[in-house]
Amino acid sequence: MIGSSRWGLAALTWAIIAVILILPPVLVMTEALRNGAGAPIASLADPDALSAIRLTLVMTALSVLINTIFGVLAAWVISKYRFPLRGFLVALIELPISVSPVVAGLVWLLLFGTQGWWGEALDRMNIHIAFAAPGILLATLFVTFPYVTRTIAPLMEQQGRDAEEAAMLLGASFFQILWRVTLPEARWALLSGVLLTTARAMGEFGAVSVVSGHIPGMTETMPLHIETLYNGYQTVAAFSMAALLALMAMATVGLRSLLEARARASLQTKDTAP
Amino acid sequence: MTVAASLRSRRARDPLPGFRLALGGTLLWVGLIVALPLTALIVRPWQEGPSAMLAALHDGRMFAALRVSFTTALLAALIDVPLGLTLAWALVRGRLPGRRIADGLIDLPFAIPTAVTGITLATLYGPQGWLGAPLAKLGLSIAYSATGIVVALMFVGLPFIVRSVEPVLRDLPPELEEAAGLLGARPWQTVWRVILPTLLPAAVSGFGLAFARGIGEYGSVIFIAGNQPYHSEIAPLLVVVRLQEYDYAGATSIAFVLLVISSLCLAAVAWLRRRVARGLIVGADE
Repeated sequence: MIGSSRWGLAALTWAIIAVILILPPVLVMTEALRNGAGAPIASLADPDALSAIRLTLVMTALSVLINTIFGVLAAWVISKYRFPLRGFLVALIELPISVSPVVAGLVWLLLFGTQGWWGEALDRMNIHIAFAAPGILLATLFVTFPYVTRTIAPLMEQQGRDAEEAAMLLGASFFQILWRVTLPEARWALLSGVLLTTARAMGEFGAVSVVSGHIPGMTETMPLHIETLYNGYQTVAAFSMAALLALMAMATVGLRSLLEARARASLQTKDTAP
Repeated sequence: MTVAASLRSRRARDPLPGFRLALGGTLLWVGLIVALPLTALIVRPWQEGPSAMLAALHDGRMFAALRVSFTTALLAALIDVPLGLTLAWALVRGRLPGRRIADGLIDLPFAIPTAVTGITLATLYGPQGWLGAPLAKLGLSIAYSATGIVVALMFVGLPFIVRSVEPVLRDLPPELEEAAGLLGARPWQTVWRVILPTLLPAAVSGFGLAFARGIGEYGSVIFIAGNQPYHSEIAPLLVVVRLQEYDYAGATSIAFVLLVISSLCLAAVAWLRRRVARGLIVGADE
Protein backbone atom coordinates (compact mmCIF):
# COMPACT_ATOMS: atom_id res chain seq x y z
CA MET A 1 0.00 0.00 0.00
CA ILE A 2 2.86 2.35 0.83
CA GLY A 3 4.45 1.46 -2.49
CA SER A 4 1.33 2.33 -4.45
CA SER A 5 0.95 5.69 -2.70
CA ARG A 6 4.59 6.39 -3.51
CA TRP A 7 3.99 5.78 -7.21
CA GLY A 8 0.78 7.79 -7.02
CA LEU A 9 2.73 10.72 -5.61
CA ALA A 10 5.40 10.36 -8.28
CA ALA A 11 2.78 10.33 -11.04
CA LEU A 12 1.00 13.34 -9.56
CA THR A 13 4.26 15.23 -9.20
CA TRP A 14 5.34 14.56 -12.75
CA ALA A 15 1.87 15.49 -14.02
CA ILE A 16 2.14 18.88 -12.27
CA ILE A 17 5.64 19.38 -13.57
CA ALA A 18 4.70 18.38 -17.11
CA VAL A 19 1.69 20.68 -17.40
CA ILE A 20 3.09 23.70 -15.57
CA LEU A 21 6.82 23.55 -16.23
CA ILE A 22 7.60 21.37 -19.26
CA LEU A 23 4.90 22.42 -21.73
CA PRO A 24 5.93 26.12 -21.94
CA PRO A 25 9.56 25.62 -23.06
CA VAL A 26 8.49 22.84 -25.45
CA LEU A 27 5.95 25.23 -26.95
CA VAL A 28 8.61 27.93 -27.43
CA MET A 29 10.81 25.55 -29.41
CA THR A 30 7.90 24.14 -31.43
CA GLU A 31 6.60 27.56 -32.40
CA ALA A 32 10.07 28.78 -33.36
CA LEU A 33 10.67 25.74 -35.58
CA ARG A 34 7.16 25.62 -37.05
CA ASN A 35 8.36 26.65 -40.52
CA GLY A 36 11.57 24.64 -40.39
CA ALA A 37 15.00 25.39 -39.01
CA GLY A 38 15.78 28.06 -41.58
CA ALA A 39 13.05 30.47 -40.47
CA PRO A 40 14.40 31.24 -36.99
CA ILE A 41 17.88 31.83 -38.36
CA ALA A 42 16.55 34.16 -41.04
CA SER A 43 14.43 36.06 -38.52
CA LEU A 44 17.35 36.46 -36.12
CA ALA A 45 19.51 37.83 -38.94
CA ASP A 46 17.07 40.71 -39.43
CA PRO A 47 18.80 44.05 -38.73
CA ASP A 48 16.33 45.04 -36.01
CA ALA A 49 16.77 41.63 -34.35
CA LEU A 50 20.56 41.92 -34.50
CA SER A 51 20.41 45.41 -33.05
CA ALA A 52 18.21 44.14 -30.20
CA ILE A 53 20.65 41.32 -29.46
CA ARG A 54 23.57 43.74 -29.50
CA LEU A 55 21.82 46.21 -27.19
CA THR A 56 20.89 43.46 -24.73
CA LEU A 57 24.46 42.15 -24.63
CA VAL A 58 25.94 45.63 -24.07
CA MET A 59 23.40 46.60 -21.40
CA THR A 60 23.85 43.27 -19.61
CA ALA A 61 27.64 43.53 -19.63
CA LEU A 62 27.59 47.10 -18.29
CA SER A 63 25.02 46.41 -15.57
CA VAL A 64 26.83 43.29 -14.42
CA LEU A 65 30.16 45.10 -14.29
CA ILE A 66 28.88 48.11 -12.35
CA ASN A 67 26.65 46.17 -9.99
CA THR A 68 29.38 43.62 -9.25
CA ILE A 69 31.97 46.24 -8.27
CA PHE A 70 29.61 48.17 -6.03
CA GLY A 71 27.89 45.01 -4.86
CA VAL A 72 31.17 43.67 -3.49
CA LEU A 73 31.89 46.96 -1.70
CA ALA A 74 28.41 46.95 -0.18
CA ALA A 75 28.73 43.32 0.91
CA TRP A 76 32.08 44.14 2.56
CA VAL A 77 30.60 47.05 4.49
CA ILE A 78 27.47 45.26 5.71
CA SER A 79 29.16 41.95 6.50
CA LYS A 80 32.38 43.03 8.21
CA TYR A 81 31.30 46.06 10.21
CA ARG A 82 28.58 47.10 12.62
CA PHE A 83 27.55 50.74 12.39
CA PRO A 84 24.51 52.93 13.00
CA LEU A 85 21.69 52.60 10.42
CA ARG A 86 23.26 49.43 9.02
CA GLY A 87 19.84 47.74 9.01
CA PHE A 88 18.40 50.64 7.06
CA LEU A 89 21.19 50.37 4.47
CA VAL A 90 20.54 46.63 4.09
CA ALA A 91 16.83 47.29 3.62
CA LEU A 92 17.58 49.93 1.00
CA ILE A 93 19.87 47.53 -0.89
CA GLU A 94 17.21 44.81 -0.86
CA LEU A 95 14.37 47.14 -1.80
CA PRO A 96 14.56 46.82 -5.61
CA ILE A 97 13.63 43.14 -5.34
CA SER A 98 10.20 44.05 -4.02
CA VAL A 99 9.55 46.85 -6.50
CA SER A 100 7.35 46.13 -9.49
CA PRO A 101 9.39 46.26 -12.72
CA VAL A 102 7.08 48.92 -14.10
CA VAL A 103 7.73 51.10 -11.05
CA ALA A 104 11.46 50.49 -11.49
CA GLY A 105 11.15 52.07 -14.92
CA LEU A 106 8.78 54.84 -13.89
CA VAL A 107 11.11 56.25 -11.23
CA TRP A 108 13.66 57.10 -13.92
CA LEU A 109 11.05 58.91 -16.00
CA LEU A 110 10.22 61.00 -12.93
CA LEU A 111 13.84 62.17 -13.00
CA PHE A 112 14.70 62.20 -16.69
CA GLY A 113 11.40 62.03 -18.61
CA THR A 114 9.98 64.98 -20.55
CA GLN A 115 7.89 65.90 -17.49
CA GLY A 116 10.59 64.77 -15.09
CA TRP A 117 12.66 66.91 -12.76
CA TRP A 118 15.71 67.23 -14.99
CA GLY A 119 14.46 65.88 -18.32
CA GLU A 120 13.85 69.17 -20.04
CA ALA A 121 17.06 70.80 -18.85
CA LEU A 122 19.12 67.85 -20.02
CA ASP A 123 17.22 67.77 -23.29
CA ARG A 124 18.26 71.35 -23.94
CA MET A 125 21.87 70.34 -23.37
CA ASN A 126 21.26 67.54 -25.87
CA ILE A 127 21.70 64.83 -23.26
CA HIS A 128 19.12 62.08 -23.69
CA ILE A 129 18.60 59.61 -20.89
CA ALA A 130 14.94 58.60 -21.03
CA PHE A 131 13.92 56.79 -24.23
CA ALA A 132 17.61 56.15 -24.94
CA ALA A 133 20.32 53.68 -23.94
CA PRO A 134 21.33 55.42 -20.67
CA GLY A 135 17.75 55.09 -19.38
CA ILE A 136 17.72 51.39 -20.25
CA LEU A 137 20.99 50.98 -18.38
CA LEU A 138 19.68 52.80 -15.29
CA ALA A 139 16.50 50.70 -15.24
CA THR A 140 18.52 47.49 -15.57
CA LEU A 141 20.92 48.63 -12.85
CA PHE A 142 18.01 49.28 -10.50
CA VAL A 143 16.37 45.92 -11.15
CA THR A 144 19.55 43.85 -10.80
CA PHE A 145 20.95 45.98 -7.99
CA PRO A 146 20.74 43.63 -4.95
CA TYR A 147 21.74 40.24 -6.35
CA VAL A 148 25.54 40.28 -5.92
CA THR A 149 25.38 41.73 -2.40
CA ARG A 150 22.60 39.36 -1.39
CA THR A 151 24.50 36.32 -2.58
CA ILE A 152 27.89 37.05 -1.05
CA ALA A 153 27.12 39.06 2.10
CA PRO A 154 25.75 36.13 4.18
CA LEU A 155 28.81 34.04 3.33
CA MET A 156 31.24 36.89 4.08
CA GLU A 157 29.52 37.49 7.39
CA GLN A 158 29.73 33.81 8.27
CA GLN A 159 33.46 33.84 7.56
CA GLY A 160 33.94 36.46 10.25
CA ARG A 161 36.92 38.78 10.18
CA ASP A 162 39.74 36.73 11.68
CA ALA A 163 41.54 36.10 8.39
CA GLU A 164 41.10 39.76 7.41
CA GLU A 165 42.46 40.94 10.75
CA ALA A 166 45.45 38.65 10.44
CA ALA A 167 46.13 40.05 6.96
CA MET A 168 45.77 43.57 8.35
CA LEU A 169 48.32 42.85 11.09
CA LEU A 170 50.64 41.57 8.40
CA GLY A 171 50.34 44.96 6.72
CA ALA A 172 47.91 44.23 3.88
CA SER A 173 45.95 47.14 2.42
CA PHE A 174 42.18 47.13 1.94
CA PHE A 175 42.32 46.03 -1.68
CA GLN A 176 44.89 43.36 -0.92
CA ILE A 177 42.68 41.96 1.82
CA LEU A 178 39.60 42.08 -0.38
CA TRP A 179 41.33 40.58 -3.41
CA ARG A 180 43.60 38.02 -1.71
CA VAL A 181 41.72 37.01 1.44
CA THR A 182 38.00 37.71 1.30
CA LEU A 183 37.04 37.23 -2.33
CA PRO A 184 38.92 33.96 -2.93
CA GLU A 185 36.96 32.47 -0.03
CA ALA A 186 33.70 33.75 -1.48
CA ARG A 187 34.48 33.13 -5.15
CA TRP A 188 31.72 30.60 -5.82
CA ALA A 189 29.11 32.78 -4.21
CA LEU A 190 30.40 35.79 -6.13
CA LEU A 191 30.21 33.95 -9.43
CA SER A 192 26.74 32.77 -8.56
CA GLY A 193 25.64 36.34 -7.83
CA VAL A 194 27.20 37.57 -11.06
CA LEU A 195 25.37 34.90 -13.06
CA LEU A 196 22.08 35.72 -11.37
CA THR A 197 22.60 39.40 -12.20
CA THR A 198 23.37 38.44 -15.81
CA ALA A 199 20.22 36.35 -16.18
CA ARG A 200 18.03 39.06 -14.67
CA ALA A 201 19.65 41.84 -16.69
CA MET A 202 19.15 40.24 -20.08
CA GLY A 203 15.58 39.19 -19.40
CA GLU A 204 14.32 42.42 -17.86
CA PHE A 205 11.16 43.55 -19.60
CA GLY A 206 8.84 45.79 -17.56
CA ALA A 207 11.35 48.36 -16.33
CA VAL A 208 13.13 48.62 -19.65
CA SER A 209 9.81 48.78 -21.51
CA VAL A 210 8.79 51.90 -19.59
CA VAL A 211 12.02 53.86 -20.22
CA SER A 212 12.99 52.61 -23.66
CA GLY A 213 10.50 54.27 -26.00
CA HIS A 214 10.40 51.10 -28.14
CA ILE A 215 12.25 52.38 -31.19
CA PRO A 216 13.01 49.25 -33.31
CA GLY A 217 16.65 49.03 -34.24
CA MET A 218 17.53 51.71 -31.68
CA THR A 219 16.22 51.26 -28.16
CA GLU A 220 14.71 47.78 -28.32
CA THR A 221 16.32 45.07 -26.26
CA MET A 222 15.61 41.40 -26.94
CA PRO A 223 12.57 41.18 -24.61
CA LEU A 224 11.09 44.35 -26.09
CA HIS A 225 11.67 43.11 -29.63
CA ILE A 226 9.84 39.90 -28.72
CA GLU A 227 6.82 42.00 -27.73
CA THR A 228 6.94 44.02 -30.95
CA LEU A 229 7.16 40.90 -33.11
CA TYR A 230 4.42 39.10 -31.18
CA ASN A 231 2.03 42.04 -31.33
CA GLY A 232 2.79 42.31 -35.05
CA TYR A 233 1.68 38.67 -35.51
CA GLN A 234 5.19 37.62 -36.55
CA THR A 235 4.84 34.51 -34.41
CA VAL A 236 7.79 32.52 -35.72
CA ALA A 237 10.15 35.47 -35.41
CA ALA A 238 8.83 36.29 -31.91
CA PHE A 239 9.30 32.73 -30.69
CA SER A 240 12.72 32.45 -32.35
CA MET A 241 13.91 35.47 -30.41
CA ALA A 242 12.15 34.12 -27.31
CA ALA A 243 13.92 30.76 -27.74
CA LEU A 244 17.31 32.44 -28.05
CA LEU A 245 16.72 34.65 -25.01
CA ALA A 246 15.33 31.77 -22.96
CA LEU A 247 18.29 29.57 -23.86
CA MET A 248 20.72 32.32 -22.87
CA ALA A 249 18.98 32.87 -19.54
CA MET A 250 18.55 29.17 -18.83
CA ALA A 251 22.20 28.46 -19.62
CA THR A 252 23.20 31.20 -17.17
CA VAL A 253 20.93 29.93 -14.44
CA GLY A 254 21.91 26.30 -15.15
CA LEU A 255 25.59 27.17 -14.82
CA ARG A 256 24.76 28.83 -11.53
CA SER A 257 23.04 25.71 -10.16
CA LEU A 258 26.08 23.63 -11.14
CA LEU A 259 28.37 26.06 -9.33
CA GLU A 260 26.17 26.06 -6.26
CA ALA A 261 26.19 22.29 -6.11
CA ARG A 262 29.97 22.43 -6.35
CA ALA A 263 30.26 25.12 -3.70
CA ARG A 264 28.05 23.10 -1.38
CA ALA A 265 30.18 20.02 -1.96
CA SER A 266 33.41 21.93 -1.20
CA LEU A 267 31.82 23.40 1.92
CA GLN A 268 30.83 19.94 3.10
CA THR A 269 34.31 18.48 2.65
CA LYS A 270 35.65 21.44 4.58
CA ASP A 271 33.15 20.82 7.37
CA THR A 272 34.03 17.16 7.68
CA ALA A 273 37.78 17.85 7.60
CA PRO A 274 39.25 18.16 11.12
CA MET B 1 48.88 36.03 23.62
CA THR B 2 50.46 39.32 22.60
CA VAL B 3 49.01 38.98 19.11
CA ALA B 4 45.58 38.43 20.61
CA ALA B 5 46.00 41.42 22.91
CA SER B 6 47.15 43.70 20.13
CA LEU B 7 44.31 42.43 17.97
CA ARG B 8 41.81 43.32 20.65
CA SER B 9 43.22 46.80 21.13
CA ARG B 10 43.30 47.38 17.38
CA ARG B 11 39.72 46.30 17.01
CA ALA B 12 38.77 48.82 19.65
CA ARG B 13 40.36 51.88 18.08
CA ASP B 14 40.88 51.12 14.42
CA PRO B 15 38.84 48.55 12.58
CA LEU B 16 39.71 46.82 9.34
CA PRO B 17 40.96 49.16 6.65
CA GLY B 18 38.62 50.16 3.87
CA PHE B 19 35.55 51.00 5.92
CA ARG B 20 35.31 54.58 4.73
CA LEU B 21 36.08 53.79 1.11
CA ALA B 22 33.67 50.88 0.95
CA LEU B 23 30.94 52.74 2.82
CA GLY B 24 31.42 55.78 0.61
CA GLY B 25 31.18 53.68 -2.56
CA THR B 26 28.15 51.86 -1.23
CA LEU B 27 26.34 55.05 -0.25
CA LEU B 28 27.10 56.61 -3.64
CA TRP B 29 25.76 53.55 -5.43
CA VAL B 30 22.70 53.11 -3.23
CA GLY B 31 22.05 56.84 -3.34
CA LEU B 32 22.19 57.20 -7.11
CA ILE B 33 20.50 53.98 -8.16
CA VAL B 34 17.95 53.41 -5.39
CA ALA B 35 17.46 56.33 -3.00
CA LEU B 36 17.34 59.13 -5.57
CA PRO B 37 14.72 57.59 -7.88
CA LEU B 38 12.62 56.40 -4.95
CA THR B 39 12.73 59.89 -3.46
CA ALA B 40 11.30 61.13 -6.74
CA LEU B 41 8.56 58.52 -6.47
CA ILE B 42 7.67 59.61 -2.95
CA VAL B 43 7.94 63.37 -3.51
CA ARG B 44 6.52 63.70 -7.01
CA PRO B 45 2.85 62.87 -6.27
CA TRP B 46 2.67 65.74 -3.76
CA GLN B 47 4.40 68.26 -5.98
CA GLU B 48 1.23 69.55 -7.57
CA GLY B 49 -0.36 69.83 -4.14
CA PRO B 50 -2.21 67.31 -2.02
CA SER B 51 -5.46 67.93 -3.91
CA ALA B 52 -3.90 66.71 -7.18
CA MET B 53 -2.70 63.58 -5.41
CA LEU B 54 -6.13 63.00 -3.89
CA ALA B 55 -7.76 63.53 -7.27
CA ALA B 56 -5.36 61.01 -8.83
CA LEU B 57 -6.14 58.52 -6.07
CA HIS B 58 -9.88 59.07 -6.56
CA ASP B 59 -9.99 57.00 -9.71
CA GLY B 60 -12.34 54.07 -10.14
CA ARG B 61 -10.20 52.46 -12.84
CA MET B 62 -7.19 52.53 -10.52
CA PHE B 63 -9.09 50.81 -7.73
CA ALA B 64 -10.38 48.24 -10.18
CA ALA B 65 -6.83 47.58 -11.41
CA LEU B 66 -5.51 47.28 -7.86
CA ARG B 67 -8.35 44.91 -7.03
CA VAL B 68 -7.56 42.75 -10.09
CA SER B 69 -3.86 42.64 -9.18
CA PHE B 70 -4.57 41.91 -5.54
CA THR B 71 -7.15 39.15 -6.03
CA THR B 72 -5.35 37.37 -8.87
CA ALA B 73 -2.03 37.43 -6.97
CA LEU B 74 -3.76 36.15 -3.85
CA LEU B 75 -5.56 33.36 -5.70
CA ALA B 76 -2.46 32.30 -7.63
CA ALA B 77 -0.33 32.18 -4.47
CA LEU B 78 -3.04 30.22 -2.66
CA ILE B 79 -3.24 27.62 -5.43
CA ASP B 80 0.55 27.43 -5.50
CA VAL B 81 0.75 26.43 -1.83
CA PRO B 82 -0.65 22.86 -2.16
CA LEU B 83 1.11 22.40 -5.51
CA GLY B 84 4.40 23.62 -4.06
CA LEU B 85 4.04 21.47 -0.93
CA THR B 86 3.42 18.39 -3.09
CA LEU B 87 6.44 19.12 -5.27
CA ALA B 88 8.69 19.84 -2.29
CA TRP B 89 7.56 16.67 -0.53
CA ALA B 90 8.13 14.56 -3.64
CA LEU B 91 11.57 16.08 -4.15
CA VAL B 92 12.77 15.62 -0.58
CA ARG B 93 10.96 12.54 0.70
CA GLY B 94 9.16 10.93 -2.20
CA ARG B 95 12.16 9.17 -3.77
CA LEU B 96 10.86 10.61 -7.00
CA PRO B 97 12.12 8.94 -10.17
CA GLY B 98 14.05 11.58 -12.11
CA ARG B 99 14.41 13.69 -8.98
CA ARG B 100 17.40 15.69 -10.24
CA ILE B 101 15.67 16.66 -13.48
CA ALA B 102 12.54 17.63 -11.58
CA ASP B 103 14.66 19.70 -9.19
CA GLY B 104 16.18 21.63 -12.08
CA LEU B 105 12.79 22.21 -13.69
CA ILE B 106 11.38 23.82 -10.54
CA ASP B 107 13.57 26.89 -11.12
CA LEU B 108 12.44 27.28 -14.71
CA PRO B 109 9.99 30.11 -13.97
CA PHE B 110 12.87 32.02 -12.32
CA ALA B 111 15.08 31.44 -15.33
CA ILE B 112 12.74 32.21 -18.22
CA PRO B 113 12.50 35.94 -18.95
CA THR B 114 9.02 37.33 -18.27
CA ALA B 115 8.32 38.39 -21.87
CA VAL B 116 9.01 34.83 -23.03
CA THR B 117 6.72 33.46 -20.31
CA GLY B 118 4.08 35.96 -21.36
CA ILE B 119 3.84 35.09 -25.05
CA THR B 120 4.27 31.38 -24.32
CA LEU B 121 1.43 31.13 -21.81
CA ALA B 122 -0.80 33.30 -24.00
CA THR B 123 -0.24 30.86 -26.88
CA LEU B 124 -0.49 27.74 -24.72
CA TYR B 125 -3.79 28.75 -23.10
CA GLY B 126 -5.11 30.73 -26.08
CA PRO B 127 -8.19 29.56 -28.00
CA GLN B 128 -6.02 27.52 -30.40
CA GLY B 129 -3.40 26.52 -27.85
CA TRP B 130 -2.38 23.03 -26.76
CA LEU B 131 -4.21 23.48 -23.46
CA GLY B 132 -6.53 26.31 -24.45
CA ALA B 133 -8.28 24.42 -27.26
CA PRO B 134 -9.29 21.33 -25.25
CA LEU B 135 -10.29 23.52 -22.30
CA ALA B 136 -12.40 25.69 -24.62
CA LYS B 137 -14.30 22.57 -25.68
CA LEU B 138 -15.11 22.01 -22.01
CA GLY B 139 -16.41 25.55 -21.90
CA LEU B 140 -13.41 26.96 -20.01
CA SER B 141 -11.70 29.95 -21.52
CA ILE B 142 -8.51 30.95 -19.75
CA ALA B 143 -6.59 33.39 -21.91
CA TYR B 144 -7.67 37.03 -22.21
CA SER B 145 -9.46 37.12 -18.85
CA ALA B 146 -8.65 37.37 -15.16
CA THR B 147 -8.30 33.57 -15.13
CA GLY B 148 -5.37 33.95 -17.52
CA ILE B 149 -3.71 36.32 -15.05
CA VAL B 150 -4.05 33.72 -12.29
CA VAL B 151 -2.51 31.03 -14.53
CA ALA B 152 0.46 33.26 -15.38
CA LEU B 153 1.01 34.25 -11.74
CA MET B 154 0.80 30.60 -10.66
CA PHE B 155 3.64 29.79 -13.03
CA VAL B 156 5.74 32.69 -11.77
CA GLY B 157 5.06 32.01 -8.07
CA LEU B 158 5.42 28.25 -7.86
CA PRO B 159 9.21 28.14 -7.25
CA PHE B 160 8.88 30.50 -4.28
CA ILE B 161 6.75 27.98 -2.38
CA VAL B 162 8.88 24.94 -3.28
CA ARG B 163 12.17 26.63 -2.45
CA SER B 164 10.87 28.02 0.85
CA VAL B 165 9.50 24.71 2.07
CA GLU B 166 12.26 22.43 0.77
CA PRO B 167 15.07 23.29 3.26
CA VAL B 168 12.71 23.00 6.24
CA LEU B 169 11.48 19.66 5.01
CA ARG B 170 15.03 18.47 4.52
CA ASP B 171 15.95 19.39 8.10
CA LEU B 172 12.86 17.71 9.50
CA PRO B 173 14.06 14.53 11.22
CA PRO B 174 12.40 11.40 9.76
CA GLU B 175 12.14 10.19 13.37
CA LEU B 176 9.28 12.64 13.77
CA GLU B 177 7.18 10.70 11.29
CA GLU B 178 8.35 7.37 12.69
CA ALA B 179 7.41 8.44 16.20
CA ALA B 180 3.98 9.58 15.00
CA GLY B 181 3.54 6.23 13.25
CA LEU B 182 4.62 4.30 16.35
CA LEU B 183 2.18 6.28 18.45
CA GLY B 184 -0.56 5.04 16.16
CA ALA B 185 -1.06 7.90 13.74
CA ARG B 186 -2.32 6.98 10.32
CA PRO B 187 -0.26 8.32 7.39
CA TRP B 188 -2.72 11.13 6.66
CA GLN B 189 -2.77 12.04 10.37
CA THR B 190 1.01 12.23 10.35
CA VAL B 191 0.91 14.54 7.35
CA TRP B 192 -1.93 16.68 8.65
CA ARG B 193 -1.01 16.88 12.36
CA VAL B 194 2.78 16.55 12.40
CA ILE B 195 4.33 17.56 9.09
CA LEU B 196 2.08 20.33 7.81
CA PRO B 197 2.21 22.37 11.05
CA THR B 198 6.02 22.34 11.01
CA LEU B 199 6.05 23.38 7.36
CA LEU B 200 3.44 26.08 7.82
CA PRO B 201 5.76 29.04 8.55
CA ALA B 202 7.92 28.21 5.52
CA ALA B 203 4.84 27.80 3.36
CA VAL B 204 3.46 31.14 4.56
CA SER B 205 6.80 32.77 3.83
CA GLY B 206 6.82 31.31 0.30
CA PHE B 207 3.22 32.38 -0.11
CA GLY B 208 4.14 35.94 0.87
CA LEU B 209 7.01 36.05 -1.61
CA ALA B 210 4.84 34.68 -4.42
CA PHE B 211 2.07 37.12 -3.56
CA ALA B 212 4.40 40.14 -3.45
CA ARG B 213 5.92 39.13 -6.76
CA GLY B 214 2.48 38.58 -8.27
CA ILE B 215 1.19 42.04 -7.39
CA GLY B 216 4.01 43.74 -9.27
CA GLU B 217 4.33 41.24 -12.10
CA TYR B 218 4.04 42.70 -15.59
CA GLY B 219 5.71 40.90 -18.49
CA SER B 220 4.35 37.41 -17.93
CA VAL B 221 0.82 38.73 -17.41
CA ILE B 222 0.02 41.37 -20.03
CA PHE B 223 0.01 39.01 -23.02
CA ILE B 224 -2.46 36.56 -21.51
CA ALA B 225 -4.59 39.04 -19.56
CA GLY B 226 -6.71 40.60 -22.29
CA ASN B 227 -6.19 43.92 -20.47
CA GLN B 228 -9.80 45.04 -20.34
CA PRO B 229 -10.16 48.06 -18.04
CA TYR B 230 -12.08 47.22 -14.84
CA HIS B 231 -11.92 43.45 -15.55
CA SER B 232 -8.52 42.14 -16.52
CA GLU B 233 -6.30 45.20 -16.32
CA ILE B 234 -3.55 44.82 -13.72
CA ALA B 235 -2.23 47.79 -11.75
CA PRO B 236 1.29 47.76 -13.30
CA LEU B 237 -0.28 47.91 -16.77
CA LEU B 238 -2.39 50.90 -15.73
CA VAL B 239 0.85 52.64 -14.71
CA VAL B 240 2.07 52.16 -18.28
CA VAL B 241 -1.27 53.32 -19.73
CA ARG B 242 -1.18 56.49 -17.60
CA LEU B 243 2.38 57.18 -18.70
CA GLN B 244 1.37 56.86 -22.33
CA GLU B 245 -1.36 59.42 -21.61
CA TYR B 246 1.36 61.68 -20.11
CA ASP B 247 -0.53 61.49 -16.80
CA TYR B 248 2.51 61.34 -14.53
CA ALA B 249 0.50 62.12 -11.38
CA GLY B 250 -1.86 59.21 -12.06
CA ALA B 251 0.98 56.82 -12.88
CA THR B 252 2.95 57.86 -9.82
CA SER B 253 0.09 57.46 -7.39
CA ILE B 254 -0.58 53.88 -8.57
CA ALA B 255 3.15 53.14 -8.38
CA PHE B 256 3.23 54.55 -4.88
CA VAL B 257 0.38 52.30 -3.72
CA LEU B 258 2.03 49.27 -5.35
CA LEU B 259 5.32 50.03 -3.61
CA VAL B 260 3.64 50.32 -0.21
CA ILE B 261 1.74 47.04 -0.65
CA SER B 262 4.75 44.99 -1.74
CA SER B 263 6.97 46.50 0.98
CA LEU B 264 4.41 45.61 3.64
CA CYS B 265 4.21 42.12 2.22
CA LEU B 266 7.95 41.54 2.37
CA ALA B 267 8.21 43.10 5.81
CA ALA B 268 5.61 40.60 6.98
CA VAL B 269 7.61 37.73 5.46
CA ALA B 270 10.83 38.95 7.08
CA TRP B 271 9.10 39.28 10.46
CA LEU B 272 7.74 35.77 10.14
CA ARG B 273 11.15 34.39 9.23
CA ARG B 274 12.80 36.06 12.21
CA ARG B 275 10.17 34.63 14.51
CA VAL B 276 10.63 31.17 13.10
CA ALA B 277 14.42 31.40 13.30
CA ARG B 278 14.21 32.46 16.94
CA GLY B 279 11.81 29.62 17.65
CA LEU B 280 14.23 27.12 16.16
CA ILE B 281 17.13 28.45 18.20
CA VAL B 282 15.10 28.20 21.40
CA GLY B 283 14.20 24.65 20.42
CA ALA B 284 17.86 23.77 19.95
CA ASP B 285 18.78 25.16 23.36
CA GLU B 286 16.21 23.00 25.04
